[in-house]
Amino acid sequence: MTSLLNAILVIVLVLNLFALGASRIQAVIRIVAAQGVLLSVIPLLVSQHLSLPTLLVVVATMAIKGLIIPGIMVRALRDAAIKREVEPLIGRLPTTVMGAAAILLALVFANQLPLAVQHEGSLLVPASLATVLVGFILLTTRIIALNQIVGYLVLENGIFLFGMLLVEAMPLVVEFGVLLDLVVGIFVICIIVNHINRAFSSLDTRRLASLKEGPWPS
Amino acid sequence: MAELMILLPLVMACLALAFPLGRGRPWRPWLFPVLGSLHLALALCALAGVGPSSAFGWFALDPPGRLVLLQVSVLYLFCSFYVVGYLKTRMESPNRIFCACLLAFLGVMDLVIWSQHLGVMWVAIEATTLLTAPLIYFKRTRESIEATWKYLLVGSVGIAMALLGTFFLAYAMIHVGLDAPLTVAGLKAVAPQLSRPWVQAAFVLLLVGYGTKMGLAPMHTWKPDAYGEASGVVGAMLAGGVTSCAFLALLRVTHICQAAGQGAFTARLLLFLGLFSMAVAAVFMAAQRDFKRLLAYSSVEHMGILALGLGLGNPALFGTMLHVVTNGLTKGVLFLSAGNIHRAFGSKSTDQVRGALRRVPVSAALFFLGFLAITGSPPFGPFVSEFAILRGAFNAGQFAVGGAFLVLLLVVFVGMSRTVLRAVQGRAPAIPPVAGGAPGGSVRYREGLLTIGPPVMLMLLVLLLGLYIPAPLAELVQDAARYLEVRP
Repeated sequence: MTSLLNAILVIVLVLNLFALGASRIQAVIRIVAAQGVLLSVIPLLVSQHLSLPTLLVVVATMAIKGLIIPGIMVRALRDAAIKREVEPLIGRLPTTVMGAAAILLALVFANQLPLAVQHEGSLLVPASLATVLVGFILLTTRIIALNQIVGYLVLENGIFLFGMLLVEAMPLVVEFGVLLDLVVGIFVICIIVNHINRAFSSLDTRRLASLKEGPWPS
Repeated sequence: MAELMILLPLVMACLALAFPLGRGRPWRPWLFPVLGSLHLALALCALAGVGPSSAFGWFALDPPGRLVLLQVSVLYLFCSFYVVGYLKTRMESPNRIFCACLLAFLGVMDLVIWSQHLGVMWVAIEATTLLTAPLIYFKRTRESIEATWKYLLVGSVGIAMALLGTFFLAYAMIHVGLDAPLTVAGLKAVAPQLSRPWVQAAFVLLLVGYGTKMGLAPMHTWKPDAYGEASGVVGAMLAGGVTSCAFLALLRVTHICQAAGQGAFTARLLLFLGLFSMAVAAVFMAAQRDFKRLLAYSSVEHMGILALGLGLGNPALFGTMLHVVTNGLTKGVLFLSAGNIHRAFGSKSTDQVRGALRRVPVSAALFFLGFLAITGSPPFGPFVSEFAILRGAFNAGQFAVGGAFLVLLLVVFVGMSRTVLRAVQGRAPAIPPVAGGAPGGSVRYREGLLTIGPPVMLMLLVLLLGLYIPAPLAELVQDAARYLEVRP
């Protein structure tokens, strides 16, 4: 089981790099959707015995991360009629390198952490930390509002991975609560994105800069 | 009881949503006073121990939760009457979503207060972010879109850190092979055995996460924008409700980490962030021209005071818990009266707002009194609580911290007074400004009973708390402080 799990986690990590390197926004959304679908299978491999609640979580996660959220985002993208990320301050290639460095860092760092016996040799912790870091990189270096949401999703995927260490401890209600918050959150954010697009005729978040301090009176 | 208190606001929200016909249904805002009164009655019953106990073990009131429940209920009751008056001035904009979100918002705050399960509490806190976003966006200006976007993004990312922290805390338990429920009581029972590195990492993430929601510096960046663009009543609920709930969450996880023997570690971080928040707020309050942003920084400052008080530990806990109440109620006065001034002038910058005492005398007087109260002038409530925290600092032997606290309070007072006095005193501009601002701003704006009564009542409560703390309340605060005490 652990080898299959690790294989999946390696694909998740590679998808992180793809998400950093892709230029078309639709491609990034698809990559993160694929990552979400892969993640949703993991509870089946992690939990000792297959139960109905686990199956429910798997199906719900798959539907939400693979279908519903990408659907909402692709619709927002279509309304906005943009295709590519504008070249940000830090370009795609440097951020991809940063992503690779983050993965290495996570691997080294996770080695230092004390782990329970049953989790030793599993890539869950490093993959989780690396995905969280990649999410942060996406959030901070991307300029188009939709890409920042993708960054948030990747971050959330990383946290979801860490949650896999706790499948036995987390009650079902909480799992569903987290998923519900995620869907509603993305839904509300996409509505706001739509309004940003209408009010500013752009999704460039650099234009959202009218609220700041100053000018100071003399 | 818990289920009833959580579901009642949600049912009311469904009611508000269910009747879509027409614009600005005149009856819809009246749902608020009904909910506010019923909710306060339920809260008092719950505090008195009347009523059925919850079917789930996860729903219970710990002593700090009881205190926050009372504060939030009282604030919501007064805000609920104000909303009716506020929405009357905004009949032109559809308020269905606004009403539904503001009604449901009370339900999720109850969920935060009642839930003892860390996961459920996280879900509820995230839900407050999502429900308040449409409230900030109510005015539909470009600025409010920008504020909402920042609020959602910073809030969601911050709170995601708290989820990771919650997972770390759970792993601290699994790592050592324990299997306790993820509730405050469950974790506290096994706290001494928890894995140390994981607990420390968890606390840092939880502090960042719930600190973002509270608005501790340097995670406060969303706050001036959101509070500045939200209407007065939403600002009051954010600054007096959401922040109290987020502080409650932080307090519960701190309590667990302290039980795990990490008291010194948590105290250091809390003291640092507390003083840093106060300092950042003091810097940005000096020469601040926008009086709503000024209030936002005041909120950053007071969240810093709460974190500081929590970090000081035993001697300052009474003051800290009392400060949750006094700060929440005073913020109500300030935001509600600031909303009135904003509407009367159509601007929130002291470039346009002058001589508010002449145009809206009651609101301006309340704003001024609220300023005196929040900066810790006697004889108002915050004076008592801030003084108790200060005394706690000296009793704990933290003279440097106490001194810095005192200096920062003074700097804030000076910085805040400038803007407040500019807005309140002087001669009102002869020609009413037309450009920008709220559409409701006009010379004919008059103060109504519904927009004046609630802040007056809140102000009286704040004054009362400064002169005399009723015995039942004192007992609540004592219980909360005793619950949080760390016994060596």
